Amino acid sequence: MWRGRKLSSCGVRFLETLGFGYPSTLAELPLRTSWSGNLQIKPWVFIEHRTMWFRAYRMTFSCLTRIKSYRSSWKRLCSTSQTTVDSNEVKTFLALAHKWWDEQGVFAPLHSMNDLRVPFIRDNLLKTSANHQLGKPLSGMKILDVGCGGGLLTEPLGRLGASVIGIDPVDENIKIAQHHKSFDPGLRKRIEYRACSLEEIVEETAETFDAVVASEVVEHVIDIEAFMQCCYRVLKPSGSLFVTTINKTQLSYALGIVFSEQIAGIVPKGTHTWEKFVSPEKLESILESNGLSVQTVAGMLYNPFSGYWHWSENTSLNYAAHAIRSKVQEHPEPAELFSKRETEELSANASTNPCVCEELKK
Amino acid sequence: MMVAVGSLVGRLGMRQWGVGPSALTRGPLTACRRWAGASADTVYDVVVSGGGLVGAAMACALGHDIHFHDKKILLLEAGPKKVLEKLSETYSNRVSSISPGSATLLSSFGAWDHICNMRCRAFRRMQVWDSCSEALIMFDKDKLDDMGYIVENDVIMHALTKQLEAVSDRVTVLYRSKAVGYTWPGPFSMADSSPWVHITLGDGSTLQTKLLIGADGHNSGVRQAAGIQNVSWNYDQSAVVATLHLSEPTENNVAWQRFLPSGPIALLPLSDTSSSLVWSTSHDHAAELVSMDEEEFVDSINSAFWSDANHTDFIDSASTMLHYVVALLKPTKVSARQLPPSIARVDAKSRARFPLGLGHAVEYVRPRVALIGDAAHRVHPLAGQGVNMGFGDISSLVHHLSTAAFNGKDLGSMSHLTGYETDRQRHNTALLVATDILKRLYSTSAMPPVLLRTWGLQATNAVSPLKALRKVCPSIPERNHNTKRQICARRRKVSKTMLKGITNRLRFIILICDMNSELRVHRLCSSGKPSETRGKFSCTCTCGRGSIVFISSRK
Repeated sequence: MWRGRKLSSCGVRFLETLGFGYPSTLAELPLRTSWSGNLQIKPWVFIEHRTMWFRAYRMTFSCLTRIKSYRSSWKRLCSTSQTTVDSNEVKTFLALAHKWWDEQGVFAPLHSMNDLRVPFIRDNLLKTSANHQLGKPLSGMKILDVGCGGGLLTEPLGRLGASVIGIDPVDENIKIAQHHKSFDPGLRKRIEYRACSLEEIVEETAETFDAVVASEVVEHVIDIEAFMQCCYRVLKPSGSLFVTTINKTQLSYALGIVFSEQIAGIVPKGTHTWEKFVSPEKLESILESNGLSVQTVAGMLYNPFSGYWHWSENTSLNYAAHAIRSKVQEHPEPAELFSKRETEELSANASTNPCVCEELKK
Repeated sequence: MMVAVGSLVGRLGMRQWGVGPSALTRGPLTACRRWAGASADTVYDVVVSGGGLVGAAMACALGHDIHFHDKKILLLEAGPKKVLEKLSETYSNRVSSISPGSATLLSSFGAWDHICNMRCRAFRRMQVWDSCSEALIMFDKDKLDDMGYIVENDVIMHALTKQLEAVSDRVTVLYRSKAVGYTWPGPFSMADSSPWVHITLGDGSTLQTKLLIGADGHNSGVRQAAGIQNVSWNYDQSAVVATLHLSEPTENNVAWQRFLPSGPIALLPLSDTSSSLVWSTSHDHAAELVSMDEEEFVDSINSAFWSDANHTDFIDSASTMLHYVVALLKPTKVSARQLPPSIARVDAKSRARFPLGLGHAVEYVRPRVALIGDAAHRVHPLAGQGVNMGFGDISSLVHHLSTAAFNGKDLGSMSHLTGYETDRQRHNTALLVATDILKRLYSTSAMPPVLLRTWGLQATNAVSPLKALRKVCPSIPERNHNTKRQICARRRKVSKTMLKGITNRLRFIILICDMNSELRVHRLCSSGKPSETRGKFSCTCTCGRGSIVFISSRK
């Protein structure tokens, strides 16, 4: 979903705005419950109690996170000294932690996005391996789900036979995810959850994963460059990276922020910040410069009336990208990689499509 | 009626489901004592409650699906295991008409081969006609494909049991196990409660499952426990079934159905010499039929098919009028009415009866629950669609579950279960409503409905696209003359108490005597000239019109 936290100096002010913003999220509820079906419990009573508890929790939590970030900066895991976790994002998601597994609730669009992203991940991974076990297509694969939230995407991957590690900086999310998976004996051993950020596990898990999934995370991260470097480091050579995120366009502002958050309440208010959205071109350039060659970029569209997602040619709202870590072992220089990629592309295209090759030469 | 239709349709689209009643207090979770290999911690992926035709086929289809290779499926059956060591020589009285679509489903997991190796009967044509008029509709397939198959229920069960044994590593079958209580999953906010469905069996053991499929018949316990509303009413009719033997061997690849005012009577082919009877009639008449002696029973069947007592002049002229119009416009669409083979005797002890009704569940699915087969819908046998609708449910549900399993989804999730419900409710509701309308339309001998249905049937027979419901071929070229020649070539016996119908407005005057006497058949064609034929054949046709009654005598 998202992960990354950076302690900014104006964090306190943000806390206050979020404290104010919280009741407005409550006001969105009538719109959502009428749409999302009949819950037997009354959400008002339930959530008012929680508000008190969350505010107290947030205060202590912010102290804890401050300590944690000092510790992490000591370790110097990546080239940047700061982590990629955004504390404001942590607060937002903490407030919604208990609603992860309500399929008709706040996270309904994420639940139905599984219909697109699980086949996307599964099919692209199946292409890389030759042996397919019946009933467990991803068996033998190790996957890292960065920003797993409540485990919405981790569990389907686990059911398909992969060994998945799900990480999320929000402790509450990990607790919910652990609790949910504990009921299913088939998943208990295949999924592992950890409450940490990506930077913290880079050292111990370098080059161990067949795939890294960063779904709905990149738009919540402070430093995408650092994030992608860490992804590169944890991937095995020729491992796959899957990213789903939102494009930074006027349409995504109008529909993704104004309509979805403020008008229709499809997404809780304050979840997204338009400035942090990433366009596919920018994402591609970051990926390529960090040794991850992009294989596919495909647009996704959400229909709020039916509640289903669809693939689309248009990437101006949501899109998914698949990249593969190139086989070069050491961490390459950006310029070197760029020229290498170009020559690789030319040779590949020359063998397959002479027209494209001519275009490139132009 | 419209209200009934409205309630039948149910709520497609946005649903409101509350928590099902977790009413029954269950004892502490005890480990399953009955069989090895399952512990209290076992969570089944799918439990199918009810091991009838539809339940067993569901378990079989899931067990043979490639995406369920590593899943655990359980089938609960209240009765004992039925082992069919050797096929009995006599046919069973419970048979089903299997459509080609259902046959495809059964062959997808290998059961159809077993059925064909045992016994089944394909039929190529179907004649449906009225007792109050001459109108008829003939379903036929041009390319000599089979329209359907008549298979005994025991044969289907045996084939399914064999195929279940073939996937016993995935599918466990528990016989003599009946579920007595269900505990439904709590809402998502009650985080500490188990998210699975808990089933309590008669012996006290409990099972947990991610998805419970109710296939336990029209008095479904799963449906009642889940609190799903069921729109149902009883018809004041019972169906009488029996195994009959024909007077003489014939090709017997035609299914016959005649609508009497008391209810439809159908003759389904089983072999060259025997057929199965399904006669829906009033409760009193059904009781009478089952208790009367065999000869009387045979005679009543023959007269039900052959008697023209319900014809009236007005209707006959009206139908003749439309007949001329059709013959003018589409001469090749005119069908000649044929008579079914006459019955000689009935198998001893093969007569049985059961009451009929209609039922439709307003919702087919709830979180972690799905209904299939008679638990979801119950229909009149007049269209032969009951078990075929159930098999259609299985195809749809297996398709949705297979895709969900391949996407790693939670099998009990409403997102794909509602897809199944929408698919099937659309199809089943239309069929249920049509069957109910047909039943009501043909239950009366009052003039207006009879006229309506006579013209309707004739028009449907002439206009080929309407028959596409049964995938019938459009053209019936030169049927009249071919039919006559075929009929003329056959000889049939005539029983003693055949009715006598004489009227000079009928196109045929039939004088029927007892078996050893001479027969005289007069036919009046449009020009009014009689042409008389004596003896063995009655086959007259100079103008190519009119229905032909074929009777022969022993002499």
